[in-house]
Amino acid sequence: MTVQNARQQDRRTRVEPAAGGDGPTGSHSRRWHGPGWGFLVKLGLMAVVNAFGIALIISAYRAESWLIFGIAIALLVLVDIVYFAKRALPLKYLVPGLLFLFVFQVFALGYTAYIAFTNYGSGHAGTMEQAVEATLIQGERRVEDSPTYPLSVVRDFAGALGFAVNEDGEVLVGTETEPLGPAGGAEVAGNGAPEEVPGWTIVPRAEVLSDPALQEEVLSLRVPVSDDPNDGSIRTREGTTGGIYESTLQWDPEAQTITDTQSGTVYSASDRGNFVAEDGTRLPTGWYVPVGFDNFVRAFTDDALAAPLLQVTVWTFAFAGLTVLLSFGLGLLLAIVYNDPRVRARRLIRMLFILPYAFPAFMSALLWRGMFNAEFGIINDLFFFGADINWLGDPWLARFALLWMNLWLTYPYWFLVCTGALQSLPSDAIEAATIDGAGRWRRFRSIMLPLLLVSTAPLAIANFAFSFNNFTIVYMLTDGGPAFRGDSSGLGATDILITAIYQISGVSGGAADYGLASALSIIVFIVIGLISALAFRRTRKLEEIY
Amino acid sequence: MSTPVQRPARVGVIPGPSRRSRWWLEVGWKYPLAALIIFYAVFPLVYVVSAAFNPRGSLAGNSVLFSSLGLDNFAALGETRYWAWMGNTLLVSVITVVGTVVMGAAAAYAFSRFRFTGRRLSLSSLLIVQMFPQTVAFIAIFLLLLALGGVVPALGIDSRIALICVYLGGALGANTFLMFGFFNSVPKEIDESAKIDGASHAQIFWRIIMPLVTPVLAVVGLLAFIGSFGDFILARLVLVSEENWTLAVGMFGWVSNQLTSRWGLFTAGAVIAAFPVLVLFLMLQRYVVSGLTSGAVKG
Repeated sequence: MTVQNARQQDRRTRVEPAAGGDGPTGSHSRRWHGPGWGFLVKLGLMAVVNAFGIALIISAYRAESWLIFGIAIALLVLVDIVYFAKRALPLKYLVPGLLFLFVFQVFALGYTAYIAFTNYGSGHAGTMEQAVEATLIQGERRVEDSPTYPLSVVRDFAGALGFAVNEDGEVLVGTETEPLGPAGGAEVAGNGAPEEVPGWTIVPRAEVLSDPALQEEVLSLRVPVSDDPNDGSIRTREGTTGGIYESTLQWDPEAQTITDTQSGTVYSASDRGNFVAEDGTRLPTGWYVPVGFDNFVRAFTDDALAAPLLQVTVWTFAFAGLTVLLSFGLGLLLAIVYNDPRVRARRLIRMLFILPYAFPAFMSALLWRGMFNAEFGIINDLFFFGADINWLGDPWLARFALLWMNLWLTYPYWFLVCTGALQSLPSDAIEAATIDGAGRWRRFRSIMLPLLLVSTAPLAIANFAFSFNNFTIVYMLTDGGPAFRGDSSGLGATDILITAIYQISGVSGGAADYGLASALSIIVFIVIGLISALAFRRTRKLEEIY
Repeated sequence: MSTPVQRPARVGVIPGPSRRSRWWLEVGWKYPLAALIIFYAVFPLVYVVSAAFNPRGSLAGNSVLFSSLGLDNFAALGETRYWAWMGNTLLVSVITVVGTVVMGAAAAYAFSRFRFTGRRLSLSSLLIVQMFPQTVAFIAIFLLLLALGGVVPALGIDSRIALICVYLGGALGANTFLMFGFFNSVPKEIDESAKIDGASHAQIFWRIIMPLVTPVLAVVGLLAFIGSFGDFILARLVLVSEENWTLAVGMFGWVSNQLTSRWGLFTAGAVIAAFPVLVLFLMLQRYVVSGLTSGAVKG
């Protein structure tokens, strides 16, 4: 310990050379190898980490994203303390992994739990402020009889498109995120359009005309007149003149209402995250609000959802359970049969047996999808003499096909595990049983199997949990299909919970319902938690740690 | 099976005529069974190779194995984004593997060699956290990346760096436990003697422990590689534009859209991509088995 302290003392003096330390020579500690290269590497790494951290903090500040700003500062300070303080030795080794774990796993799990209690999704995708802004933009119309201004398309230093407008001799410039402001020292061409704006690059008109993608961008660009969304924006129809667009909707932050200035309808904010008029009509854009247990209640009681979800849940358990049973059974059987020194070429046989495990799983699923194809698939052509069996189109056949493929994928794992476990079984126990006159079945049933189960049960539970969430192979082989008949849930006969969640969440397109999908995720978490608790009790792994 | 069979405890006692049938009963039947299982195991792989070399390139007309041979499918891969996807996959997987191995080993070292307050608590919480797979929290990850992307585009949706970060989120967890057990099996006297010689904790970690635990590093590396190589749901969620896709996302697109016409492309791509994984796996097989079993079987 003293050596370590001395060495750290040595480091400390080198960290703060300006503070009067007399450099590395001040230490009496012996060096193990060479001159503290490790310290220089650390310093370099920390410099890089700090540079990135500070960059992140600055951009979070610019984007006014205060949560990320605060977390980034806290994390950066933490990292610096850990690596430059002489205490916290274990943390020096734990921090990198823990950092990623906290942000991308623990936080993600907690955030899922939070979303499960909100109505986050299509139509409720942001904060109230964002919803107001989006609503006002949707309601924007060209103000009738308003003047048009000569205009040029410009880019700022970062390449973001903007407009420079000539308002009666004064040039104003702005982008989508930065409202119009006066541009000093701008020059105006003969037709009135700004020709040179200091700090901005003018996009030539020819370029706008010749590039359809850019044209599209210019036509959809809106530059707000001021910070207040009620003031409207500048837009253009052809890229040379701009007009003022104002929203027909008026936002009143005091009363929390939006008023349609044309019809006079008043929409007020409801506690469900919508602007609702007195007659019940709603504006399309809302914001997300906490809804309590609504999502969970919906999952169990909504007529269109509850029945398919129940079927999906049953199938999820059946799929995971059967996968483990079948593949464990086959793997164990093969392991016992081929754990026999009299069989020749065992190495070759074993290698061929485990080949499916070495083939990437997602490719296997896609491969079997082609093989099971009803029209051209090799399974129908070769083994069923060209029959037209619709493997993936019939609910039961699709379930069978999925299990068949998953058995192919999983039994090699069990073969490997069981072979390893068999070889580590105490041979004296088996010999003793043999001498006592136990037959082959008796030996297996009473000696080998219990011993094997002790060591493989935790793996079986892990395998169950893995199959329970095996999104890839289900999605790739059947896409959850064939769809249940006569319901609108979009779920199908081979969907397991995780693919159903994916379908409902709408992250891949379609109507999104993050709230409901997260609620289902929570249910999956609870199931996995129960399974894990079971695993804990069985293996008592925790005790091993202590 | 007309010959009466006795069941002696030891082999080779019964002489003469019944020996051959006994051989069949005890050993011989294992060969036909092996042939059957090998057929089940290997047939799809033979089929994918056959289809890859079939110049017709469609699902139809592939039912006679090796009916015609040609490299057309492999050449056609050059006209797709296949190689870009391959590059992305390797980039993402290799960085993930390096990060996972280093961070997991560092954590295992800390847990195995230092005694500090909260050690037990953090070990047990780690054990609990790793039970909950990241993939089930994909919605939260998606929204988190949307928010991060608003601040730093390099950490947002459609960024390979963001995907790597997400994968690294799962770096501790199961791997730490696998390594933890292995680290504990390295005698402490070794690093104590180095400490007396004046080695710092970092030097002990990098120069003494790491070389001794190479087998478990190989296992964790391989598992991490297979994990990120084969991941679909997170890659699909994060990577939006086609040039950023990984193989899993890209090849799924081929098969899900026009299965019949792009079958040649898919099989050729699968053969190329699977070959290195297969070789790597078979080479490290011994380690993998010991890793799989030592992780839990011994426990």
